[in-house]
Order: sequence, then structure tokens, then C-alpha cells
Amino acid sequence: METAIISGKGGTGKSCIAAAFASLLNPVVLADCDVETANLFLLFDPLPEETQVFIGGRSAHIDGTLCTNCGLCMEYCRYDAVYLSDGQVAIDEANCEGCGLCSRVCPRQAIAMVDNDKSRLYSGSFRHGQMIYARLAPGEDNSGKLVGLVREKASALALDKQIEDILIDGPPGIGCPVMSAITGVDRVVIVTEPSMSGLLDLQRLLEVVNGFGPSTWVILNKHDLHPAMARRIESFCRKSGIAIAGKLPFDPLVPEAMVHCKSIIEWAPHSGVARELKKIWNTITNQTDNNLWKHKTRVSTPD
Amino acid sequence: MTTHAARNDLAFRIAIASGKGGTGKTFVATNLFYSLLKQNIPVTLADCDAEGPNDAIFFPGRPVRSLPVTRRTPVIDERICTFCGKCRQFCSFHAIFMLPVSRVIRCMDELCHGCGACLYACDAGAISEKEVQMGELNVFSVTRTARIVESRMQPGFPSPVTLIKAAIREAGHANTPLPGHSVLPGHTVLLDAPPGIGCPFVQTVSLADYVILVTEPTPFGLSDLKQSVECLQTMEKPFGVVLNRAGTGNDGVNEYLDKEGFPLLMEIPFEREIAFNYARGRLVCKSWPGFQHALVKMHELIRRTYGNGHHQR
Ligand code: SF4
Ligand code: SF4
Repeated sequence: METAIISGKGGTGKSCIAAAFASLLNPVVLADCDVETANLFLLFDPLPEETQVFIGGRSAHIDGTLCTNCGLCMEYCRYDAVYLSDGQVAIDEANCEGCGLCSRVCPRQAIAMVDNDKSRLYSGSFRHGQMIYARLAPGEDNSGKLVGLVREKASALALDKQIEDILIDGPPGIGCPVMSAITGVDRVVIVTEPSMSGLLDLQRLLEVVNGFGPSTWVILNKHDLHPAMARRIESFCRKSGIAIAGKLPFDPLVPEAMVHCKSIIEWAPHSGVARELKKIWNTITNQTDNNLWKHKTRVSTPD
Repeated sequence: MTTHAARNDLAFRIAIASGKGGTGKTFVATNLFYSLLKQNIPVTLADCDAEGPNDAIFFPGRPVRSLPVTRRTPVIDERICTFCGKCRQFCSFHAIFMLPVSRVIRCMDELCHGCGACLYACDAGAISEKEVQMGELNVFSVTRTARIVESRMQPGFPSPVTLIKAAIREAGHANTPLPGHSVLPGHTVLLDAPPGIGCPFVQTVSLADYVILVTEPTPFGLSDLKQSVECLQTMEKPFGVVLNRAGTGNDGVNEYLDKEGFPLLMEIPFEREIAFNYARGRLVCKSWPGFQHALVKMHELIRRTYGNGHHQR
């Protein structure tokens, strides 16, 4: 069973909830697909047993000894990435999208496309099973592809170690990385919080998730921070036919656990939040097993 | 990694960034914007999170205009195409889909970056280009001297970078010109940076004159901060740190800043009340003069130290 935890924007407590579920499932394969800002390794301190290089796109590099400053590349580049620095043609790395047109048009073959090879994929064991996480180097592209790679690795490990459950901590946003993270999973859990932007994000996310077909659940985190908005989100979910798996109160114990590099289940197993999380996990697993695929989502307009 | 994009505005750009979302980046950006506009300091807030713009929710502004942002995309004429496959070979983003036997060839918009390499590749003259809309910029007027430029991407495009650049350019010119000036000299542009550390983030901070990193006192916050700092240092960007929810968590961030000698611009204490108000879409600084004052002071300090906008690079 593959479960993906996603949240639209960051800061809803998605990673903390993923960490909690990971400690309930023993053993688990935990795939940290939040590749731009991987965090779970800080909590679980896995033993990296394998490292892989990930090529995150390419960028142009000019050989000044070959370049005659003809400026043809500058004419063709659509990203303002080629500029003159003291009369010498140069590449602006922040602007370069790696399309390679400049290296194609250069009559002197002075421009080479170089792989961006600073990103890494790690896998290893941790106290609740196996863990895969990645570090995308700043400005490198293809985080969707890296997410796909993390998941592939997770499936391979699950098979190899005979572990049944794969838990995916998803990337933020609604773009290509999120789609890579939820394609083909059995359950999607969306973590949201009671604010206007929380509701908007939830709606945007559902448009993406809808079409994918897995059973979808919503966790309303910190619901007591804004009860009226929490009710609005609940009624939106009801209207859209999305099940609310549970609601969690705002509790300082959660950040406290994180500071001590523990999940809330490990840090305060008898706290209200921990008990609620256990209940939520049971709800999700029991229901999903019973009526997998019957649980279609439907997006309606906001009220 | 430095950027040398041509500048033709007189604005001073401050990016507000944080590695992961939820540390209070938008919180700082919107409250700083409000505090400055209250002082009648000319300011424009550019929401560069094109995949989920949220800033405008906080301000009942008057929509001034909406500008479509387009990108070029190739159109391939199957009747002229010889199916030589050169365009596919030239495309770095695997956006050309081709079935020679059934004579099918097309560009997949959701992968295409609009770079023009295929157009250059085709010897048969089968490729032309058309403009497609990838998103829009919405400009709101909040007061006479304060505006918001919101970038909003349509789903199904691979990268918001073009849109972000357009938003920042627009923000530099968005304020009311004074008589005799084409733009308001030295006005402040705040860039609410997109989350993550990918291309959209790098593009935004690369166009900034100064970066405010917002973080929180937890191991997650510290790890994200270190990652952002590393990135800003390779770009040679001056930066300072705002610590949100100070007093909770641990001292890791403070110790790190002390050790490295990085400036701590401000600590925002944690109060349940703040979280309550923020969740309700309220601007906390409205009912908290001390916070407002501190934000104005912080802006003053940054501008005094790092210049008054128009400077040649
Ligand atoms: S414009 Fe560039 S990215 Fe788009 S199909 Fe052509 S070569 Fe590929
Ligand atoms: S390069 Fe031109 S002729 Fe060759 S496959 Fe592409 S479109 Fe067809």
C-alpha cells in the first residue's frame, strides 16, 4: 500500500504528520519526496547506505579561448542568459534554462552543455524501516523527475526488504512534482489548515488529485485556530464528497517533539494529538481496504 | 553564480524568502508592505509565487490592470514535415512527440519551454511559432503609493520563470510616476519569493538587491536556512535573517547565526494570538504598533546600508 501525504503550500504540518504515521507503521519504507527541502532525515537520522547522483538538467559554459564574441548566441537566447561582460560574451547561470540552443548556433563550438550533477539521492535504514531522501541542489531543474526516482527506489526497497507499506511525504505546490508523487498511489492524504489560503490551496490540489482515482482524505490540522474557517472547509469537503479523516488541535507538543528530533508518536505517545493521529490512521487504512477505488472524488465550486 | 540582467528601473528590490513554506515568509512580506505603506513610503509588493499567489487576499485593493503573459510555442505543419527528427534531437526538454509511420508530429505544451531550438533545427520550414498565454499579472492599487503585482500561472506549464521575471519587471514600474520622472526613483519593491530552492526561487532572488530569509527556531528551520544561505552565498547576495516564532523551539538558529556572523534582523515572538489573527487573514501589525515600527526600522536599516535603488552593476 502506497500512501502519499500532500498539502498544497508548506507549513500545514504535513511532514510532522508523515513522521507520526511512519512511527505507527513499523516497518515502513519512508520516501521523502519533498526533494527541494527534505526534512525528515533530520528527525529520523537514517544511516545512508547508498548514494546516487541525480542529473538536474544542464547549463551552458563558454570557453573564452574559442569564443570570438560574435554575439550570435546572444541573439538566439530567449532567456537573457547571454550577456556582455567587459566586451566578452558570458553566461548568466541563474537565467540559463539549459535548452542548448546557444551551443547549437555557435560557429566556433565554444559553448558546451554541462550536466548539473550536484543533486543526490540517498537511501538507508532508520529506526522504523527504510528511508529514501534526496537533496536537490539550488537552481537545479527536474524536481518532478527526482520525485519519480525517489519513488522507484522506494518500491524497489519495499520489494527487497518485504515491507508492505510505503509512505510518501509529498512536495509542496500543485505542479509536476506533486503529480509525480501521487501518480498510482493507493491513498492520498491532504493536510490543510483553517485559513483562506488553506481553503484555496485545498481546492487547487483537489483539481489535480481528482483525475488520479485513489481514495482521498483530508486532515484538518490546527482546526481550533479558526473554528469558523474550519467549518467552512468541512462543509466544502462534504459537498465535494471528500472524507475528512480527522481534525487535529493546535498543540505546542508537536513543535516540541520536532525540536527533540522525535515524531509526536515517539515523543508524547499518550497526548491527545498522538491518540487522534492513531485514530486517523486506522480510519484511513480500514476504509481504504474495504472500498478501494469506490471512493471517487468530485470537486465542487467553493461556497 | 551571479546575475547581470539589464536593469532599467530605479527600484530597490528586497526579496523575502524561506526554503520551505510555512515559516512565515508571506506573513513578513505582507506585514512589511503594510507598515511601509502606512508611512507613505512608495512600495510595491510582487507576489512571485506564481503557482499559488496569496498576498492579495490580505489587501482590499482596486484592480488596476491585468496583463497576459505569453510564451512562444512551436506549431509543426505535418504536410511540410519530412520526419527527419532533427527538431526532436534539438529539443532538450523532450517536448517533441513524433510518429513517423503514421505521420504524426506535435509539440507537447506541458513540457515545452519555448526555447526555439526546434525552429532553428528544422531545414524543411515545417515549424512556425505562435504565442500562447501561460499566465497573467494582476496589478492592484492599495493606496496612492502602494501597489501589488500578482503573478498567476495557468496550470500545465513546466516553469513559471518567465512569469516571475515579468512580474518583477512590472513591479519596478508599477508605482505612480512623479512629475518629471518616468518611474518613482528609489521606491521599494518587495518580492515574495516562491518556496523551495529550484529555478523559480533562484530566479527571484537573483533579481533582488537584498534578501530577507525568514526561518523558525527548529531543526527543520535551521536546515532550510543553511541551504538557502549556501545558495545566496554562491550568488553573492547580501542577506539577513528574520526569526519567526522566537521563544519556541531551540537555540540552534541563533547559535548558527552567531557563529557565522550573519545578521539577525528581527525576532518575532510566538504568541497564540498572532497565529489566530493570521489564520483569519488579518494583518497582525495593524493592532501591534511595536511590530509595525520594528518593520519600518528594519527597512530603513537595509536601505541605508545597501543603497537607494538606482545603481549600476
Ligand atoms: S521550443 Fe524548445 S522546448 Fe519547445 S519544442 Fe521547441 S525545442 Fe523543445
Ligand atoms: S526538423 Fe522539421 S522536418 Fe525534421 S522532423 Fe522536425 S519538423 Fe519535421
